Amino acid sequence: MSTPNETLEEILDLAARHFDVSRDTLAPDDDFFAKLRIDSLKALELLSRLEGHFGVELPDWEMQGVTDFRTLSERIHARR
Amino acid sequence: MTSPSPLSDLGNPTSLGVALTRAFARHGDALAHIEADRDRENGRLTYRDLEARSGGLAAWLAERGFGPGDRAAIVMSNQARWHVAAAAVFRRGGVLVPLDFKLSAAEQVALLAHAKPKVVFAEWHLLRAQGGVAEFASLGIADVVATDVPPGQEIARPAAARATPFDETTGAGAPSATTRDAGAVPDEPAPISVPPTVERAPEDVACLVYSSGTGGRPKGCQLTHGNYLAQFDALAQLHPLGPGTRYLSILPTNHAIDFMVGFLGPYFRGATVVHLRTLRPEFVRDAFPRYRITHMALVPLVLKNLETGLRRRFDELPPLRRAVFEGLVRLNVALSGGRPRPAIARRLLRPVHDAFGGRLEALFVGGAYSAPDTLRFFHRLGIPVANGYGLTEAGTAITLDRLDPPQPETVGTPLPGIELTIADPGPDGIGEVRVRSPMIMRGYLDDPELTAETFAEGWLCTGDLGRLTEGGALQLVGRRKNMIVTEGGKNVYPEDVEIAFAGLAPDLCLFAAHWLWPGTARDERLVLVARPDPERPSEDVLFAEIETRNRRLPEHQRASAVLFWSEEFPRTASMKVKRGVLAEYLRERSAPDRMRPLA
Repeated sequence: MSTPNETLEEILDLAARHFDVSRDTLAPDDDFFAKLRIDSLKALELLSRLEGHFGVELPDWEMQGVTDFRTLSERIHARR
Repeated sequence: MTSPSPLSDLGNPTSLGVALTRAFARHGDALAHIEADRDRENGRLTYRDLEARSGGLAAWLAERGFGPGDRAAIVMSNQARWHVAAAAVFRRGGVLVPLDFKLSAAEQVALLAHAKPKVVFAEWHLLRAQGGVAEFASLGIADVVATDVPPGQEIARPAAARATPFDETTGAGAPSATTRDAGAVPDEPAPISVPPTVERAPEDVACLVYSSGTGGRPKGCQLTHGNYLAQFDALAQLHPLGPGTRYLSILPTNHAIDFMVGFLGPYFRGATVVHLRTLRPEFVRDAFPRYRITHMALVPLVLKNLETGLRRRFDELPPLRRAVFEGLVRLNVALSGGRPRPAIARRLLRPVHDAFGGRLEALFVGGAYSAPDTLRFFHRLGIPVANGYGLTEAGTAITLDRLDPPQPETVGTPLPGIELTIADPGPDGIGEVRVRSPMIMRGYLDDPELTAETFAEGWLCTGDLGRLTEGGALQLVGRRKNMIVTEGGKNVYPEDVEIAFAGLAPDLCLFAAHWLWPGTARDERLVLVARPDPERPSEDVLFAEIETRNRRLPEHQRASAVLFWSEEFPRTASMKVKRGVLAEYLRERSAPDRMRPLA
């Protein structure tokens, strides 16, 4: 079982790789829509990717309003 | 020429509560609702189940002193409990306040403060987010009812409110009728005595619907029971849904369109509604064949995505098969006389129709501007996409394309019972669209001033500009009011967006592209017009700063391009920019290619 911080790091690594941006430019409290320049459809793609990676299911309705990496990571961590 | 009204089947009810109660009894064992999540099914409800659960909840509401005229808000994504809660509120003669669950928590709290509901039904995590807004604690709500409560978690509530998990309020068990929910039934084994449905008069308010989420001034449209019944009557004459109809509801039910065609309409007629709790494209696609979907409503943006997906598939066909396919499309158009006829097209163009489950009878599109080419694309494939136009204030739909034959350059002709006129038309026939019908709202809650501005001698002034074709179809050309509706059906108030750029330039103004260049750029892109300060550094520096701030805006508010304009903006005495005058200037003196696209 990993720590919340490790989960957050993994998410940032994965997001950087998936959207081909430099990992150094991403910070935990960044708005991922703005930082990754993605729309809601692309965000769903990222969610599906994260689900596969962490082996969890993230209900759409629970992710409503989540826009930063830290909250995203908390939600994922809570379900692991 | 009188045909029996679709409402006569239900004994001509005068209120939504009575109509629903009668429909539940009439269709008893028919399948009313399917709730699915990904590839699983959460549960199915018959009309009898809906009757029992909404009855149980109505009894609970009665016990809490909730009665005629009291307001109850729903802040939930689409699921069975939404329908159960709404039906129970109507059975008590209450006023329903359907709020957009996609608004920010602060916006939701502001609307709750304006609507002053006695009861709020909401998903647990939305309440938790609202709990983070300072004003939430002091809301005068008596009861908060939460769905989707994780085990062992507290429900966020205003200080004076009680909190109850949803499944403890319906008495008849959890709305998702599966054994896994059996544990949710409360301990009281005594049979619930369901109070009789409260009658309401047609002129009583049934719903308070907020037609704008953002912008300082909440616009709470008061729609009556009579408004909704008249709208249903008109739509059912054109599309008489019935047993066997499977309606896939992907628009939020708080949206006026889905509230009518994905809730009231199907239930009044004994049809089945399918809710998906996940809207990821792969699961939506699977739902068509799995649930044998016959009808769906969507916004132009989703329709365009479907078109893009299909075009990509066609482009991947090997040349020979592609040629055969094109031939079949032409044959389909010829055989059907240009009208989309699924029965013919399903045979000729089977793979395409199979992708939609092979049962599709109609897709309704509305809420924003649809490109004629997109509509034509579907019509040629024999997929009946009916474009429409409506306003919350007008009781949802005003016009609908009858597809006989399709008129993709228009939004169709007025529904039965609607009078539509073009006020003060110019030489080109263009003027403001005004509407009169039994479906028009009673006015905005607590805002007589705004209500007075919206009506002229009994006509609802839509603020939209249009003209009528010879055949009486409506062609929309732009909007009189400042409000911009995006392709996704979201309302954008330019003033809200301009605030985000405050201080960067002495003059700033946001427009929809078609406002500036009607006819050449009839799309919904947002264009920010800015006058650079001559004292400040270069345009490039300003551009970079605009780009940064633009990215922080919610997606639907982001501008697609900037137009730098060096002249001072025309202003009123109170220093408000004269948008119309400015638009005229820009229209005459600048070309769309002078815009600088924003990343």
